[in-house]
Order: sequence, then structure tokens, then C-alpha cells
Amino acid sequence: MTQTRIPKRTFDAVIVGGGGAGLRAALQLSQANLKVALLSKVFPTRSHTVSAQGGITAALANVSEDNWHWHMYDTVKGSDYLGDQDAIEFMCRNALPAVYELEHMGLPFSRLDNGKIYQRPFGGQSKNYGGEQAIRTCAAADRTGHALLHTLYQRNIAARTQFFEEFFALDLIRDDEGYVLGVVAMEIETGEASFFEARATLLATGGACRIFRHSTNAHINTGDGLGMVLRAGLPLEDMEFWQFHPTGIPEVGSLITEGVRGEGGILYNKDGEAFMPHYAPNAKDLASRDVVARAIAQEIRAGRGCGEHGDYVHLDIRKLGAEKIKARLPGIRELSMQFAGVDPIDAPIPVTPTAHYMMGGIPTNLHGQVVSPVRTGPEEAVPGLYAVGECACVSVHGANRLGGNSLLDLVVFGRAAGQHVIEYLRENPFPRSVSEERLNLALHRLARWEKPKGTETVAGLRGEMQKIMQDHCGVYRTEALLKEGLELLDKVQARLPDAALADRSRMFNTARLEALELENLLLIARATLVSALARTESRGAHTREDHPQRDDDHWLRHTLYFRQNDQLDYKPVRLKPLTVETFQPKERTY
Amino acid sequence: MKFRIYRYDPELGSAPRMQDYELDFDAKGKKVLDALIAIKDTLDESLSFRRSCREGVCGSDGVNVNGSNVLACITDLEGLKEPITIRPLPRLGVIRDLIVDMAQFYQHYKAVKPYLINLDPEPENERLQSPEDRAELDGLWECILCGCCTTSCPSFWWNPDKFLGPAALLQGYRFIADSRDQATDERLDFLEDPYRLFRCHGIMNCVEVCPKGLNPTEAIGKIKSLLVKRAL
Repeated sequence: MTQTRIPKRTFDAVIVGGGGAGLRAALQLSQANLKVALLSKVFPTRSHTVSAQGGITAALANVSEDNWHWHMYDTVKGSDYLGDQDAIEFMCRNALPAVYELEHMGLPFSRLDNGKIYQRPFGGQSKNYGGEQAIRTCAAADRTGHALLHTLYQRNIAARTQFFEEFFALDLIRDDEGYVLGVVAMEIETGEASFFEARATLLATGGACRIFRHSTNAHINTGDGLGMVLRAGLPLEDMEFWQFHPTGIPEVGSLITEGVRGEGGILYNKDGEAFMPHYAPNAKDLASRDVVARAIAQEIRAGRGCGEHGDYVHLDIRKLGAEKIKARLPGIRELSMQFAGVDPIDAPIPVTPTAHYMMGGIPTNLHGQVVSPVRTGPEEAVPGLYAVGECACVSVHGANRLGGNSLLDLVVFGRAAGQHVIEYLRENPFPRSVSEERLNLALHRLARWEKPKGTETVAGLRGEMQKIMQDHCGVYRTEALLKEGLELLDKVQARLPDAALADRSRMFNTARLEALELENLLLIARATLVSALARTESRGAHTREDHPQRDDDHWLRHTLYFRQNDQLDYKPVRLKPLTVETFQPKERTY
Repeated sequence: MKFRIYRYDPELGSAPRMQDYELDFDAKGKKVLDALIAIKDTLDESLSFRRSCREGVCGSDGVNVNGSNVLACITDLEGLKEPITIRPLPRLGVIRDLIVDMAQFYQHYKAVKPYLINLDPEPENERLQSPEDRAELDGLWECILCGCCTTSCPSFWWNPDKFLGPAALLQGYRFIADSRDQATDERLDFLEDPYRLFRCHGIMNCVEVCPKGLNPTEAIGKIKSLLVKRAL
């Protein structure tokens, strides 16, 4: 039955997404006694933040000499100089108070003998601007994301944040002047849509690696906020940059944390050779993720992969011994036994590069405000709209994210955005009027799936899209491969109108959810292919075999993709930090 | 492979029923969730269940398989007796098919004030905690709130509104056990109640089913002994 009227609920702010970023922002607003609604399509502790393992990076110097400036250098270099240096400075400076704050909130960090927070080495970390390995990533065993997500959820219980659990956001509502007035969202249990009116809307909807066939991501990572932004006529930034984590379990995709290599794990090919020194003589197994992922892909291509099909390599931590493995990597041991059939105490873990993280996303400034070339300048804030976390592109990760920086991104920018929303609400004390037509437009997304009969299925089209992205937009790319991928995706998209649902119930209709998610995934897959095809260089995670060099003269700039006509625009990288000197782009070796 | 799955859609107005499915599927290395997804994708789109991480860390897909509460995503298909019978977690209201109403479960969780209470001014850096004190939290903080334990507990079945259940009590103890928490007395006052805590009779179903290998019965025992100590 088609819904024709939309009930309205009014809040000061509405947050879409209940992972680390959304919860951190919500906490800021609830503690300021604002009326905030947090919408999440799953109960908040089911969010993908829970799967983060190895830790959160901050230069606490609990184990080795350190300072945030070195962390900043590593992050700029890790980003292959595409990261915005003002945002990176902001994040690395604020990492210390952010981690201490999490500890004060109750996060059960592992501890050193002196009682301080435990830190472990992670990839791409150095002392003294490229010197020896730093030890910088703060950990709660190998379940740091679980600890962080639950702690933030618990603090929100204490702060009495109003949760709307199992609500799915359909679309942003904007007025003619471009102000975002809230979101239309559907309660999953009843299928009823309501308008969540708010003077500020914050998207924290996470990543979208479910565009790929093999990914470390949860089923829910379908980039719903990105779809909403594209449909609202706003751009996405740097969508060609997807991180392939070097160590996912083959086929199933489950993540094996970089912390395994941080704790001393080594990668071996089928000949039992530790191959990383050939690719990264200094950092070896702890080189940046893009470097290690390419190295593994090279080994596999050269026929040195393990197993019957030669399609993975071995990650060996046996030398750590049973006691250390059980204490520091209990989650990894569980995952290995459950999904690879291997106890890492006795045997190496099979691993292969697996889609893991979206560096691109909704363009924002360091206050979390969504920015777009709207009217006058290239980076004008969209009034009333914020984005934080993996769905956002600040850009602190540039072309390649460092391990341990994503949990950090969530809390630093979650807090900053919450803070800015508070100021924005003060300056904008009254809701703006909203027209019925705009609201009804959002209902079209639901009405479309009332179509009684179709020749295509959602699962079928999704499977085809995932295969296209896996085969045509993976670790290595070429113009021919990407072009063919785009042609194939065109055909899949053309068939979407022929899809219909067999499940017509309104109550907790997960088939309909998957259909709405597929619409978002297809938009993101397209943005990815178009952006990747245009960038004729290799930088960070975007490796073009037909353009193997980084090209700073032409490509030291961010891509902006607009849905209308697949239009591309570009904006410069912000090379100037807030207070320190610029790290000038130079050759990147590990 | 043969499956028998609990079906209920309130919109149809008919009583719950068990539906049989036959899936052409190579079970090797596959989990129950893989089968549920395959049934939904290829046989019956209307089959409804929750899922998210698909690796046993988010707690979305607690279901009852062949009589035991498990996480579908980490339960091997191989070795399960056919027809594999899948039902929603027991005792909670069913919203649709395998999707249960977790409101009561979450309410009990929130009732134990599952957050650190420490009223001292926050230090500039981290609060210190020895590795030994931190080790007291192991086996407690890893709970994923899947509900497998609480819905397997006969004491919860009898008094679902009054007995907090193993998951909530485990989290209650997680904060009592935290050397940084200052609200032990307040927490014990709340738990010292014939129903909230003392309906636990050590049946230990919770320990048996916990997919994370945690031991709520032991935590409950520790709360009880703290109460005894306090009374003396």
C-alpha cells in the first residue's frame, strides 16, 4: 500500500548513522542539552565500527618517543600527498585528547606495566619523519572497534540521546536556497515513512565496500548517505580511492588486522620466502597498506601464491607463541579458526588483498560541514548539512589511509562536527518552512518498489554489479578495463527499472531494504568507475597500469563527481597546514 | 540441504508456521547465515532475518538452530542434522520470521547503568590501570549483546520483565569489576533484589550458548559474593 501522508517529527539536529562517528557527534549534542535524534538502520552496536580490530592511532609516546607532528608526516606521506594538510594537522594534534577522552569515558584499553594505554606498531608509522618504526596505535586487545563503539553507545545512554533504532533514511530534504531541512526516513518495523525535521542534519552512514564482491565490510555497508547526497545534487570526492586491505581471509573477506604484522607477523609466498623486503626494504611487512596489497597481488600474479589456485599468501605469527597470541590477538585467532579453519598458533593464516575502506566520500571541511562548489566558491558550506566518518572525505586519508587512523577520524571529526552544529544551531534558531511536494518526492523511492511484477531481482543485479567492480576496478586498473566495466555497469543500471519485489509486506521488509540499498550502491559504483577512468596516474590505492607514475603536475587535486551527466570537477589539495610547515610532495618509499 | 524455518508475518494475519526449503548448496566451509542468504536470494525473498558483520562480532543474527541459540554467521552447516531447524530466539516477541523484539533485552541492559561512573576531575592524560586490574575486565567487556544467553535462560523465560538476565548482569559486573568505577555500592544496591539478580539459579545455559565463550554465571556469582561480603 502506498503511503501518501508523512508525519513530521521535529528536532534540533538529526544524525543518520549509529557507528563511532554518529555516536560521538550525538554525544556532543546531547551533552549540550540539544534535542537530537539518532537514526540507525541497525541497533547501534551492530554498526561496522564494531569490526575495527587493531587500534586507534595517537602519538601518546607511551612506548616509544613520539609526537603528533611525526604522526602528521606519516599520514601525509601515507595519503600519497592527496590528503589535505590542514585537516591532517587537526586530526593528529587532536588525537591525544581524543584518546584520553575515550579512556575517561571508560574504554577498556589494554595496559602497559606502568598502567598507561598499550600501544602497538602499525603500518606506515615512523619516528622523526621517515626514520625507524614508531609504536603509536592504542589498542584494546584486537577488538578496539568493539570497545570504542560500545563505550560511545554507553555514554549516549548516560546522556539520554534519543535513538531511532532500525530506521532507514531515504532522502535529504533541501529547500530552494539549498538549506538542508532534515531527512525522510522509514521505520523498518512498520514500513512507515516520517519526516525528521531538523535545522542540522549530520550524515555518519559509513562506507560502501559492498560494491565489491569480496570485502571486509559488513552487509550493511551500502553507502546510503552517499546515495542521498548524490540524489540531492551534491558531489562526491575522490571516489576512485578504495583501500584494498592486504590481509583479508580469501572468499569470506574477514579482516585480519595489520596489528598481526605490528605484533611481528610476517607474510610468506608459496616458496616460504618473506617477500616484503623486496618491495619495501625498510618498513618491510609494515609498509603502507597500498604498498603491501600490491606486493601480495604481484606475488600471486607471478605464480608464487599459495594453495590449489595460488590465490593467496601466508601470514605467519607462530613465532609469537600461544600466550601472546591469546592475550593480544584473541579475536584474530577466533576469526582464523572460524573462517579459514586455521589456528594461528599452529599454522599460518591464508590472506589476500580485500576491499576494505573508502577514502573518498562526501566532501567536508574540518568542521564536518559538507562543502560543494554551490554558488560562489569551490568549497562553500551547504547550510544545515554535515558528514563525518567513513562516509565523509575531509580529506585526511587522501589516496591511502593508514591503519589506526579511521577510528581516530570518527572521534576527532565526530566531536568537531558536533561542536560546530551547536554553534550553527545558535545562529539558526528557527526551522525553515518545507513544502509538501519536497516531502512527497522522497516517497517516490518507496513507491517505485510497489511495482507488482518485474523480470529482474535485486539479488541478481547486486551480484552482477559486485562482480563488475571486483573484476574491473580492483588493485590494478587500466583504461580498457575501467571502460569495459562502465559499459557493463550501464547495462546493469538499465535493467534496474525492471526489478520488482516478490515480498510486498510492509512489516520489516528486508527485501525492500536491500532494494533501496542497491540503488545507493549502483550510484557509488558508477561514481567510482567514472572517477577512476579520468585519473590518469597512479597514486596511493589507485593503481593505473597504463599510467604507473604519480603525476603531481596534473593530478595533485581532488576529484569531484556529480551524478548529473557523470560530470567531473576538481579542486586543489590543501597543502597548507594550520600552524606548521607544508610537507612538500616527494617520492614515496617505505 | 533441507531446512525447516519458522515463518511469521503479522500482515498476513495467519498463525506462525514452519516452512521447508531445499537448497542446492555445497556446505563445505559455509555457515548457517550463508544458507539463509542463499535461500533469500534464490528461493524466497520474503524470508526475513537480521544480519550485519557476518563474522560473529556485531551480534545481529542470534537464532535458534536445532534447539540451540547460536549466531548464524559463525555456525558451521557441516555436522548439523537435517532438516536444519531454524527458529527465532526463544521467549521474545516475534516481529517477523526470525526477527525478534529485543526491546526488553535492551531495557535490562540499560537498567544496570552500563557506563563508567567516576566523579573525580578528569586527569590531563589517561587514568592509570594496572594490567592486573585491566585483566579483571577480560571475559566481560567482549559481550556483543546478541541475546543468545538471556533467551536460553529458564529464569528469564519465567520472569522476563523482572529478572535482568545473564547479558545485563554480565555488563553490570563489568563496571563493578572496573578499578576506575566508583559506583560499586550504588550498583550493588540496585542488584540486591529477589528478582533482578537472585532469580539466577546457576542453570548455566548462558555459559553453554555464549558464542563469545563468556561466562555470565561466574560474573553473577561474583556479584552475589560481593553482596554477601558487604552484608557481613
